[in-house]
Amino acid sequence: MSHSVDLMDVEMAFGGVHAVRRLSAHVEGGEFFSILGPSGCGKTTILRLIAGFINPTAGRVLIGGKDMAGIGADRRPTSMIFQSLALFPLMSVWENIAFGLEVRRMPKADRRRRAEELLELIALPGYGDRMVHELSGGQKQRVAIARALAVEPQVLLLDEPLSALDLKLRQHMRAELRALQKRTGVTFIYITHDQSEALAMSDRVAVMSAGVLQQIATPRELYSSPATPFVAKFVGETNEFAGKVSRTVDGIAVVDGPHGSFAGRAGDEVVVGGTAAVYVRPEAVTVSREARPDSLEARADRIEFEGAVAMLHATSREGQPLLAAIPNQLLSRAPAAGETVWLSFVPDEALVLAHG
Amino acid sequence: MGNLFARFGTGLGALIVGLVAAWLVSMVLAPNLMMLDFSLRPNLMPAQIGGLDDHYTLANFAALAGDPVHRVIFLKTIWASALVMVTTLAVTYPIAYWMAKVASPRAAALAVMALIIPFWINEVLRTLAWYILLAFGGPLNAALLWLGIIDQPVRWFGDFGVLAGMVYAYILFMLFPIYNSISTLDTVQIEAARNLGASTPRIHWRIVIPHAKAGIATGCVFTFMLAAGSYVAPALLGAPGSRWFTEIIYNWFFEGGNWNRGAAYALVLLTLYMLVVLATLKLFRVNLADVAK
Repeated sequence: MSHSVDLMDVEMAFGGVHAVRRLSAHVEGGEFFSILGPSGCGKTTILRLIAGFINPTAGRVLIGGKDMAGIGADRRPTSMIFQSLALFPLMSVWENIAFGLEVRRMPKADRRRRAEELLELIALPGYGDRMVHELSGGQKQRVAIARALAVEPQVLLLDEPLSALDLKLRQHMRAELRALQKRTGVTFIYITHDQSEALAMSDRVAVMSAGVLQQIATPRELYSSPATPFVAKFVGETNEFAGKVSRTVDGIAVVDGPHGSFAGRAGDEVVVGGTAAVYVRPEAVTVSREARPDSLEARADRIEFEGAVAMLHATSREGQPLLAAIPNQLLSRAPAAGETVWLSFVPDEALVLAHG
Repeated sequence: MGNLFARFGTGLGALIVGLVAAWLVSMVLAPNLMMLDFSLRPNLMPAQIGGLDDHYTLANFAALAGDPVHRVIFLKTIWASALVMVTTLAVTYPIAYWMAKVASPRAAALAVMALIIPFWINEVLRTLAWYILLAFGGPLNAALLWLGIIDQPVRWFGDFGVLAGMVYAYILFMLFPIYNSISTLDTVQIEAARNLGASTPRIHWRIVIPHAKAGIATGCVFTFMLAAGSYVAPALLGAPGSRWFTEIIYNWFFEGGNWNRGAAYALVLLTLYMLVVLATLKLFRVNLADVAK
């Protein structure tokens, strides 16, 4: 089993500015763990803390249960795949892959053999003597993976390695990375701002915003039970109705706002009288041409066809943009632009989260 | 050149090419050809010039090969200049790396200022400052005596004085090419190497130096040529035992009155420069176009 990674009350400040605020997380050995957040949220800083390029202002980083304080980046059991890949342009492909072994003083013949094995693994046999600039983007990507795996790391750190690839290749590499992780059993910590990437590949995902850890959960939990308004809005599409909590009954909270009263499952920290919002996924919204009880009147603006579903964009009378997913088989009966529609949802499929 | 004509038109383009050509021919090519002509003729009285004895000969070059003192000084100039080059590189490389990759932009700018300001002063005066520093009764000896590192003053003039003076005089010619080339290295490359377990010396050996080799070669070529052609530092900071080949050339021209012999000696030095430049470029596998950048 590969090493686990623990962040214990880790804080990182650059010249008084907090990139990461007091944060604790546990990554299981052999887990595919993603850190998801918009750019500038501190996720790359966390990766650099684990790799040892920077030392935390406060708190501890443990790898395999061992405190990494005072252990430099060159002596940690981690290996990183950089966003820019950072392949060495003056070395051939095999020398790139074998660099970590060269550093470990493995004899040249053995290094070469190991590099060839890894080239087989990444489906680039016979490419060893090429120079890096002769490779395509996807091939470079794989060489970077091989180079990182050559040193047999316990933990592989990936810093948005797929962001430079086109969509088709990105989806392909996603599947390859996931398969590779399963095959090698190495702990993967994957940084991305692309939620679909994080949700598709990971065992668990940590969502970050402005240096604060919002939630750690499986992709499905993250989507169905977001812990904070940020997660609700960042992961997937959602409708938000803000207001004041008027009452809670049996885990269902009612929020009174300018649009009227809406009910949903109450999250933690929801208290009567506090500010909160109801969050509803577009696919939980039902669209109707007739007024129904507890429904919201809106004007249909446009329909965007997205393949599996179509997304209705509408505007409430109060001027708030709304989203509702319309399944393909109902598309022929979808409202036209300018038509008045009534939107509704059942409380069980909505979530009430307190606003901090 | 086609680019030049396209940009400035035929008239202006031709004028620019003409001016450059005139400069090269009159200021570079012609004097060197005259030197070559001088070096191949014997040193004659004015009355004998154009006479029977005025014919081409290799006697001036043979004289250098046959004079053991001059020969030794020539060879010593070569290896001493190489030593200046290596020492300057050793002193400069850490500074260049620090400025390019470690220092904050502000600290790097201050360091550049601190290094450049002394160069606003004439080279002779700067060397004179070293003359004072290194004097027998000068501040360096006084400081070392006071610290108890030496019991009696040391005579720094000579090989050490020349080395110190030259390393100082040519440091910028080494610093800027290396600094420029290191600053184009993506810092992620260094992190990637460190992440794969490379120690600091190995990172320099495998990543930074190969990347900066064009800059290092340029700096080395500059420093070697300036050192081998230096006159002020050996004249002021040297001793009779540390004569420089340029001083011999100077003596043939201005004291021996034998321009032909001086021209021959100067040409030998010039040939040496070219050999060193080509050898250095070969060694670093860099071509002249890279150096010109």
